Amino acid sequence: MTIAAESKTIEHGGASHNGEPTGMYKWLTSTDHKVIGKSYMYTSLVFLLIAGSMAMIIRAQLMSPNGHVVSQQMYNELFTIHGSIMLYLFAGPFAFGGFANFILPLQIGAPDMAFPRLNALSYWLYLTGGTTMLLGFFTAGGAAAFGWVAYAPLSSYTNAPGPGPDLWIIAIALTGFSGIFTAVNLVTTAFYLRAPGLTMFRMPIFTWSMVVTGMLILIAFPILTAAMIMLYCDRHLGTHFFTVSGGGSPVMWQNLFWFFGHPEVYILALPYFGMVSEIVPVFSRKPVFGYKGLVFATLAIAALSTGVWAHHMYTTGTVLLPFFSALSLLIAVPTGIKVFTWIGTMWGGNISFKTPMLFVIGFIVTFVMGGMTGVMLASPPIDFAVHDTYFVVAHFHQVLAGTAIFAGFAGFYYWYPKLTGRMLRESLGKLQFWMAFIAFNLTFIPQYLAGLRGMPRRVPVYLVQDHVTFLNQLSSVGAFVTFLSFVVWLVNLWVSWKKPIAAGDNPWDGHTLEWGTSSPPPHHNFTSLPPIRSQRPVWDANHPEHADHLNHELPKKEAIRR
Amino acid sequence: MKIEYRIYLGIGLFVSVLTVVYFFWAKEYGGATMFFGTAGLGIMPAMYMGWWHRRMKPRPEDTENATMAESKGAIGAFPSYTIWPFVLGMGAFMSALSLVFGEWTLVIGGALLIFGAR
Ligand code: HEM
Repeated sequence: MTIAAESKTIEHGGASHNGEPTGMYKWLTSTDHKVIGKSYMYTSLVFLLIAGSMAMIIRAQLMSPNGHVVSQQMYNELFTIHGSIMLYLFAGPFAFGGFANFILPLQIGAPDMAFPRLNALSYWLYLTGGTTMLLGFFTAGGAAAFGWVAYAPLSSYTNAPGPGPDLWIIAIALTGFSGIFTAVNLVTTAFYLRAPGLTMFRMPIFTWSMVVTGMLILIAFPILTAAMIMLYCDRHLGTHFFTVSGGGSPVMWQNLFWFFGHPEVYILALPYFGMVSEIVPVFSRKPVFGYKGLVFATLAIAALSTGVWAHHMYTTGTVLLPFFSALSLLIAVPTGIKVFTWIGTMWGGNISFKTPMLFVIGFIVTFVMGGMTGVMLASPPIDFAVHDTYFVVAHFHQVLAGTAIFAGFAGFYYWYPKLTGRMLRESLGKLQFWMAFIAFNLTFIPQYLAGLRGMPRRVPVYLVQDHVTFLNQLSSVGAFVTFLSFVVWLVNLWVSWKKPIAAGDNPWDGHTLEWGTSSPPPHHNFTSLPPIRSQRPVWDANHPEHADHLNHELPKKEAIRR
Repeated sequence: MKIEYRIYLGIGLFVSVLTVVYFFWAKEYGGATMFFGTAGLGIMPAMYMGWWHRRMKPRPEDTENATMAESKGAIGAFPSYTIWPFVLGMGAFMSALSLVFGEWTLVIGGALLIFGAR
């Protein structure tokens, strides 16, 4: 197999790489997408640990019906900031700022992102935004305490005085801008910097997912930023967008927020679906089953997700139930297609249950459970019964947290060798997986039952006669063990750092271009690129006798259809 | 550019349909406005890319059997390192904090912003 010499030339702005800064100064000044991607990833994992610790305090409070671990106000602050960090500062940035930044240019054979300086700016806005949110805890009035959705009138100045809520608003605005910049960057990179021969329908599914996520961010985030500005004006400048007394409408806030908020949950989920779609084929030693189906399912999810926002607002009585219910049920179809293509990829494959694959299977199980309860919630009669109970808490943790944690760690274990050139230990990885998988479901399955028995969410105390004490105790124990599984992961990182095992360029026999360069990749990523004749250029180069394009020469079904 | 353009167009058209259905069925103007804007966010980039698509030959990255040699010339200037994004970021941070802590942070932040954006 000959590997064609790379003919692209790259102009270096500034100095040559010999005079490059190192250490702290490198971290501050680098515009290399790999450095920024790693910074994103590790920062967001720190946020995961911070928000996870908050969840531990919350669960400790709920161990007994009348817990005294924290005050009522503190409890509200904790779940608000827990939810906000997990959604705005962990799940999104981890995948879309971290993985996408590091992997996407590699997967399409690009030397860097399209706008490297903008990329660096995104990271700084994200870091400062996250810091701003945490600053709330150090103010006299405490952090924001109105839930991650900041419903009016709870978020008005009268009900939420002090600088904490303002810091929250600014934090969201800063991270929002960071997200928008990253989205512009990723979409442009994928549209304009692909290697020759890498047509759109040869892009890996991971890259596709990031492109679609970027498009969705560009639709949704501006609305969020606008809503934050309106909220700030209501609080300080005397406007009345969301106050009834001034002729405004609190439900308007819900409309604005969820018009962002529902696409947002797909913005969080799609990148992880992309990671799963990369990992399943590699560990089944097959090409992905139904490539185009996956691409169109991703696009369909994105398009539909703009039209389902009011399913969070059924109980307000102001929304057109049949419209939103129908669209919400429809979105289950492309999501189902994805699950079937993953299973179809595994079907008849030569599966090896390495840690990344285990996490993927854990993800599929948890996600399908959460997805099915989501379909239930999409029908208004059920939602009227369980709205704002622990049933909903269990549902969104299984879909969101299940995705971010299981698919996220699957991706982390899968790409860590590429990031660092070192392997993580399989034994510790498997231990982490089984602890996390069992404990996670132990945490959230009882919450479905608690919700059906009527336990509302966002309460620090509950009644003994509601018969939810035991369920809550199960849930708390599960939560503590879930947290311990993160400790196992930290140990794993430490071991791999102290006693490194070299990974080599392509430890998993991967398919896509990032495995065709060294680990970690050199400056500007590639010294040479293999010819790109299918969706799996690196597989083709390593297994010429099984190369994809050989099969494609035969009947060419797709060409006829086109 | 063809596929890029069609994706955006597809999203724009789909949301346009939703806009019309929603407008006449729900008769709720807030949601209809947001739908309308979203449709625009699909159609506007589609128009831009469609415009280019009609005016240029398929690029090497749009051709299935392009060789590496076909992409000639520099693909761009990629800086290795620069401090300015950090300066700009800190400027934005300090300026934003002035909304909470008063004008004094704006002085620092504004200075950094001007300095960084220069
Ligand atoms: C370690 C696993 C986790 C545990 C044990 C946990 C536990 C909790 C608990 C106890 C609550 C408060 C429920 C209430 O009082 O209403 C909560 C709220 C929430 N969690 Fe988690 N959580 C975990 C991970 C995550 C992750 C990974 C995400 C997102 C990706 C997430 C997103 C949220 C959101 C959005 C809320 C709602 C906040 C609000 O009510 O405003 N959680 N979580």
